[in-house]
Amino acid sequence: MFNKTGKVDAHSKLPTPKKDTEWSQVWRHLRRNRLAMVGIAVMALFVLCAIFAPLITPYDPIKVDFGSAFNVPSSENLLGADWLGRDNFSRILYGARISLIIGFISVAIGMVIGVPVGALSGYYGGKFDLFIQRIIDILIAFPGILLAIVVVTILGTGVENVMIAVGIASVPIYTRLVRGSVLGIKEQGYVAAAKALGIGDSRIIVRHIMPNCLGPIIVQSTFQIATAILWAAGLGFLGLGAQPPDPEWGAMLSRGREYIRTAHFLTTYPGLAIFFMVLGFNLIGDGLRDALDPRSRKHR
Amino acid sequence: MYGYVIRRLLLAIPVLIGVSILVFAIIRFIPGDPARAVAGVNASPEYIEQVRRDLLLDEGVHVQYYAYMSNLLQGDMGRSTFTQRPVTVELMQRFPNTLLLSATAMAFAIIFGMAAGIVSATRRYSLFDNTSMLLALFGVAAPVFWLGIMFQLLFSVQLGWLPSGGIGTWKHLVLPALTLGLATTALIARITRSSMLDVLGQDYITTARSKGLVERVVVYKHALKNAMIPVVTVMGLQFGTLLGGAVLTETVFSWPGVGRLMVDSILARDYPVVQGAVLILAVLFVTINLVVDIIYAFLDPRITYGSKEVE
Repeated sequence: MFNKTGKVDAHSKLPTPKKDTEWSQVWRHLRRNRLAMVGIAVMALFVLCAIFAPLITPYDPIKVDFGSAFNVPSSENLLGADWLGRDNFSRILYGARISLIIGFISVAIGMVIGVPVGALSGYYGGKFDLFIQRIIDILIAFPGILLAIVVVTILGTGVENVMIAVGIASVPIYTRLVRGSVLGIKEQGYVAAAKALGIGDSRIIVRHIMPNCLGPIIVQSTFQIATAILWAAGLGFLGLGAQPPDPEWGAMLSRGREYIRTAHFLTTYPGLAIFFMVLGFNLIGDGLRDALDPRSRKHR
Repeated sequence: MYGYVIRRLLLAIPVLIGVSILVFAIIRFIPGDPARAVAGVNASPEYIEQVRRDLLLDEGVHVQYYAYMSNLLQGDMGRSTFTQRPVTVELMQRFPNTLLLSATAMAFAIIFGMAAGIVSATRRYSLFDNTSMLLALFGVAAPVFWLGIMFQLLFSVQLGWLPSGGIGTWKHLVLPALTLGLATTALIARITRSSMLDVLGQDYITTARSKGLVERVVVYKHALKNAMIPVVTVMGLQFGTLLGGAVLTETVFSWPGVGRLMVDSILARDYPVVQGAVLILAVLFVTINLVVDIIYAFLDPRITYGSKEVE
């Protein structure tokens, strides 16, 4: 901006001020949070492993090779091989795909049903709200994974049904969360102003109320993905989730357990994979919660 | 206060009715013939017909539900298709075991979680605080069934200190309760810490300190009760997670509880037992939440004012 003589150079362009949006503030805050960054790194690693699994490992995760059965961890089989000689490391990599897909899709199912129902329930109130809340009360009477177990009992096992079951089990969480947020926001002056201007209810909900519910929904979804992964692995462990030969971590752990005395690596590593993936999402969730909370941002 | 308790009890009734409807609906939602599902895979056509008559499957759904509820209220949940014993007997044999395991795990979580949370809050950023909060972060992320297996590997297989499964002595309870309680311990520690920090920063605590009160009195007499309110809420919610975890823990440790019975019954397609087990776990959870809400009202007197607070 200044030339060599120290005078202002009229030809140099002034830097255009960056638009400091809410999201750039959130990102800035998140970037300073070391644990959240660890979480993002862990999640990115799992996503990359899931996408590039065929490039990372030469083994087919479901191909049987009796000659390698129970190979201990070595340069050939990094994390050992299972009772059918399948490479444990490859199965864990491919398992990341299954866990991530279940996590994201089941949360999407929970959101697609739970968010609109919660928004309408909070916005309209009255008998509709009362009716919806009593249904939610009933669903909440079943501890999360138990509700998923009930749904799987009805639908049957398999990855798709696990996604639906875990998704349905997440619906009450979103309904409650969004209803609570909408109840607070609908009393704000700008909503009353929008109503006075004659703007329709659906437009008010979508354009004026929902953007303000986005923060809590994003935070909850991050935690919910972690929970969904845990529930899905739990169902897999119980034999109610993904079925053989799918390399699903919970199911791998369950079968590997039979060989705990001789080949503990078959249970230790799939468990560690679940642990780190869940930890990653939880760390991101913690970071996002702090970053989206204006009070904690002010303190920094 | 009593008004609130009565209102809260009344609110639980429609929830319990809803739970019974959902449980009643399980076998009707399963694809295929409900009579065959209840009679079992190897049942004779005559027996399937008898089950169809018993369940009034040719009648309307409301008649079926009425009959189901009448039987249920008399303690009749049908018979296991696997053992042919009454479902109520099967459940009653296992229910105390689930209760013992969950209660022990919860007691463990409350004692250690709160202690860790209080010490962390009063010694903020100390080595203890950092270590325990890091462990708490790990505790929440570790899958309960994996933790159980790792404990079995360490304490039963490697060290030989504790039995790896079954029931009998107090030693059999240690590993399952520890496994089941760990995630809740971690969560309670985190909530207690943040809640204590909030309360310790308030003016009345500064006043108490400026009066020259000993720190111990400030923390335990003035701060703890108010800091407990969010902790109690979490405890109620956590009991649900704990019961869900009990299903997994019981399976890992071959603990003869309702959760394991439920899983075995699902795999064996023993639907009357599945229905009974789901019902008993849900009713237990509703009851616990009821108790927690009432404790909550005692802790926070604001709850009993007016009517809006019940929301």
